[in-house]
Amino acid sequence: MLGPFLETLIGGLLTGVLYSLVALGFVLIFKASGVFNFAQGAMVLFAALTVARLTDEIDGKALGLEHFVIAAAVLGAALALVGWYAWREYVARGSGPGERRRLALLAAGGALIGGVIAFAYGKGAWPLWVALAATASIMGLLAYAIERLVLRHLVNQEGIILFMATLGIANFLDGFGQTLWGSDIYTINLGLPKDPIFLFEGVFPGGLLIDPAELFAAGIAAVLVVVLAVFFQKTRVGRALRAVADDHAAAQSVGIPLNTIWLIVWTVAGLVALAAGVIWGAKLGVQFSISLIALKALPVLILGGFTSVPGAIIGGLIIGAGEKLSEIFLAPILVQAFDLAGGGIENWFAYMLALIFLLFRPQGLFGERIIERV
Amino acid sequence: MDSRLRSFPDVLLSVENISLSFGGVNALTDISFDIAKGEVRAIIGPNGAGKSSMLNCINGFYHPQHGAITYKGVRRNQMKPHEAAEQGIARTFQNIALFRGMSTLDNIMTGRNLRMKTGLLWQALHIGPARREEIEHRKAVERIIEFLEIQHIRKAPVGTLPYGLQKRVELGRALAAEPELLLLDEPMAGMNIEEKQDMCRFILDVNDEFGTTICLIEHDMSVVMDISDRVVVLDYGRKIGDGTPDEIKKNEAVITAYLGVGH
Amino acid sequence: MLYREAGQFKTDYAADQQIFPILQDRIFVFGVIAAAFAIVPAIASEYLYTEILIPFLILSLAAIGLNILVGYCGQVSLGTGGFMAVGAYAAYNLWLRVPEANNLVVVFLFGGLMAAAVGILFGLPSLRIKGFYLAVATLASQFFLDWLFARVKWLTNYTPSGSVAVGDLHVFGWRIDGPADRYLLILGMVVVATIVAKNLVRGHIGRSWMAIRDMDIAAEIIGFRPLRTKLLAFAVSSFFIGVAGAMWGFLRLGSWEPLAFDINRSFQILFMVIIGGLGSLVGSFMGAAFIVLTPVLLNQLPGWLGVNMSTAMISHLEFMVFGAMIVFFLIVEPHGLARLWAVAKEKLRLWPFPH
Ligand SMILES: Nc1ncnc2c1ncn2[C@@H]1O[C@H](COP(=O)(O)OP(=O)(O)OP(=O)(O)O)[C@@H](O)[C@H]1O
Ligand SMILES: [Mg+2]
Repeated sequence: MLGPFLETLIGGLLTGVLYSLVALGFVLIFKASGVFNFAQGAMVLFAALTVARLTDEIDGKALGLEHFVIAAAVLGAALALVGWYAWREYVARGSGPGERRRLALLAAGGALIGGVIAFAYGKGAWPLWVALAATASIMGLLAYAIERLVLRHLVNQEGIILFMATLGIANFLDGFGQTLWGSDIYTINLGLPKDPIFLFEGVFPGGLLIDPAELFAAGIAAVLVVVLAVFFQKTRVGRALRAVADDHAAAQSVGIPLNTIWLIVWTVAGLVALAAGVIWGAKLGVQFSISLIALKALPVLILGGFTSVPGAIIGGLIIGAGEKLSEIFLAPILVQAFDLAGGGIENWFAYMLALIFLLFRPQGLFGERIIERV
Repeated sequence: MDSRLRSFPDVLLSVENISLSFGGVNALTDISFDIAKGEVRAIIGPNGAGKSSMLNCINGFYHPQHGAITYKGVRRNQMKPHEAAEQGIARTFQNIALFRGMSTLDNIMTGRNLRMKTGLLWQALHIGPARREEIEHRKAVERIIEFLEIQHIRKAPVGTLPYGLQKRVELGRALAAEPELLLLDEPMAGMNIEEKQDMCRFILDVNDEFGTTICLIEHDMSVVMDISDRVVVLDYGRKIGDGTPDEIKKNEAVITAYLGVGH
Repeated sequence: MLYREAGQFKTDYAADQQIFPILQDRIFVFGVIAAAFAIVPAIASEYLYTEILIPFLILSLAAIGLNILVGYCGQVSLGTGGFMAVGAYAAYNLWLRVPEANNLVVVFLFGGLMAAAVGILFGLPSLRIKGFYLAVATLASQFFLDWLFARVKWLTNYTPSGSVAVGDLHVFGWRIDGPADRYLLILGMVVVATIVAKNLVRGHIGRSWMAIRDMDIAAEIIGFRPLRTKLLAFAVSSFFIGVAGAMWGFLRLGSWEPLAFDINRSFQILFMVIIGGLGSLVGSFMGAAFIVLTPVLLNQLPGWLGVNMSTAMISHLEFMVFGAMIVFFLIVEPHGLARLWAVAKEKLRLWPFPH
């Protein structure tokens, strides 16, 4: 009994690390800008699709001309809009070196996108690291576009309006990603070992079966989680981000403009999405349902708190483990008792777990109890 | 001469040995005082003295760790805010707490919610009792609107009103409940002289005409001395003075607290 | 000069408290309703009924329900689809198991009541948690209910595929057959429901919701009981949503599976509410019209332009256009179409004098 239990537990924890990673993407943005970013899942899908297509040997023309035309039109329109804003600012503020640098960056970004797409629609595959680098830059540009075209126009709006805007962004990205890269199921090959590992063969009969790919993926995710946590707690930018979270005016005094901070967090969230997308894609293949892993990360947020980095980490592990354990051990009992057509309780169990927890501790895992005042 | 010499035999509310702390901060320490039926009672003290916390204890929003409050002869140490409201305690807030998305009229109508009893079905149909009730309470609210001279902003969304008017609407909302005890947290903060005079007039009128007992927090000493019958002084969560305005003016501890040591 | 309130003096509070205090508005609304009942059936085609009018009306009702919760009471919910499912399956089971109750009005009301009960249950956390925490918590209801209807065989009457179907529908002896019948029944119920919703939000119950929405602490201090107020909002909102769900299953789909009420449905309704305008019943209709019409137009567009497009591409395009539209609307007018409409009316009222 203990063997299967531990096996499930470890499997759950390994998945949990991934949830932590995705949840951190949410926490990052929420902490720094108070935005509940529902587009996180769409960003994961978009990034995964991009990497998959860039490393794949598929003939780009197989997608059909309509994809190419529409994607080009959308990109062109977005670029034109961004360019137009930049131009207006350039005219209004005069030609400082900063302005010129920004225009140059924009032009470079445009060129990059053009290059990547031209290549992708040709025939050929890039080595993984080139694809990753290209996708990372694209996520940065995406962050810039989101900040410039959406968020900046919604400063000072209520939280729900910003939340809705991210729903819009999510929709857009889901559609755009599939227009640009097609909606087939792709694979990402990270070159991970395939043979299962057996642990503690002396302790349990047959040992504990662990999938090395999962272990490796969780390892990468864990490293990223630690890097992010350190980034947030220790670096100057990270501290500035926390300052913004606490108080916008105070953040100004740190000397980093709000726009820049938003740009940074969205870029970092984009990179987190890239990591999550690649790992997840390597495990399960890249397809539309990947954007749903964001939904899996949400219970982590209510458990750990929207603003707590350690909360996201511990919460992810709890949710990952709870989900798997419930599916293996609780679901069969439920199926028996209520004559169900199969288990599948992991879809909601994590939410219920988080909810029940909240009833007893409304401030979440690490939040302090706040007494409201009037 | 500047304080009004009136006598109030009945105690409406008494506070006994209240202590309240937040984590390590002692907001209130062993406070006792009473409020007599019909009087205007002021609570004063420097910033952070615990005045707002005191009001919050009285209407059940904070629950003091020690002590008890006796209101209308009933002693209690825990009460929910809506229970306090049902018992006839209404209040305004230091930082305006109006319902910003609603009109002046609707805001003041919310003050009458405790008296509006028609159930879901009548409300859904909006006929018979529901309709009569709405009109009856609307009339009461219109009287308050007239009394506070805010007819012109009846339908305006309160979020768009200037500060002074918002304070007035908030008073209207509290009055609409026809309270026995009215708690006012800095009703005149941030107002110009004219607005303050208006507000003083409203408060005194309410006290005179309806016999409403009033407990108010105010920083403007001349106002406090003018309109209150008795004054409690808090400093760092402790009571350092209690008496008529004249007595308070002569109280050594109060003078020290207000002017600082060395004066 | 036609749209004026000048000269329309109100002599008593009853007149001032009418739903449409301005005469022209009253005439306009009655005109629209009369046309919907009398003229539309004379000219509408099957396509217009099933693809546009029926979805529009049913989803408007769902949007009104959600608007009560989100727009009036300020409790964000992402579980609308789940509550629609409760309405649909509860109605289905009543219809299936109690032949005497084969009256759609009864069946739908039952669906609504069951949804209200479930809504109360899932509204309980709203006492302890607020804002986005609550929004995420409502996802719990969505996923749980999705699962419930997919897995509990009794609820779908042990059909192997899990898909259920209804037929032979009656209302007080009137047999609901063709699209015109279905349309008229839906129209009638939606009109009644809208009036009820309006009555609720303009009375003291509506004010209690808005008070909780705008400042819950102050609301509690002046005497509203937060839990009771919020649960009532959950109940009423879920009731409307449940009725809409039952209508969707019975009168729009005829046969359905749980997927018809998945999380995408929740977002669809939420979009309607936001685009239409939070806290506006008229906005709910406008939002529903917008969300129903946009894909219809997008599907027609390639044909009109003479281009050939795969359905997959059209679906991607739909995603993008929706996303962009939502963002665009939020930037231009965060208060939705209803506010745009109100501003336009205000202009009209002052026309031709600008001030
Ligand atoms: N909800 C709360 N949580 C934590 N501390 C609180 C809370 N409410 C009050 N305090 C603390 O209690 C002390 C008294 O605060 P209170 O608001 O009662 O002062 P006050 O006399 O009303 O001051 P002011 O004149 O500035 O309004 C302060 O130190 C304040 O920080
Ligand atoms: Mg205070």
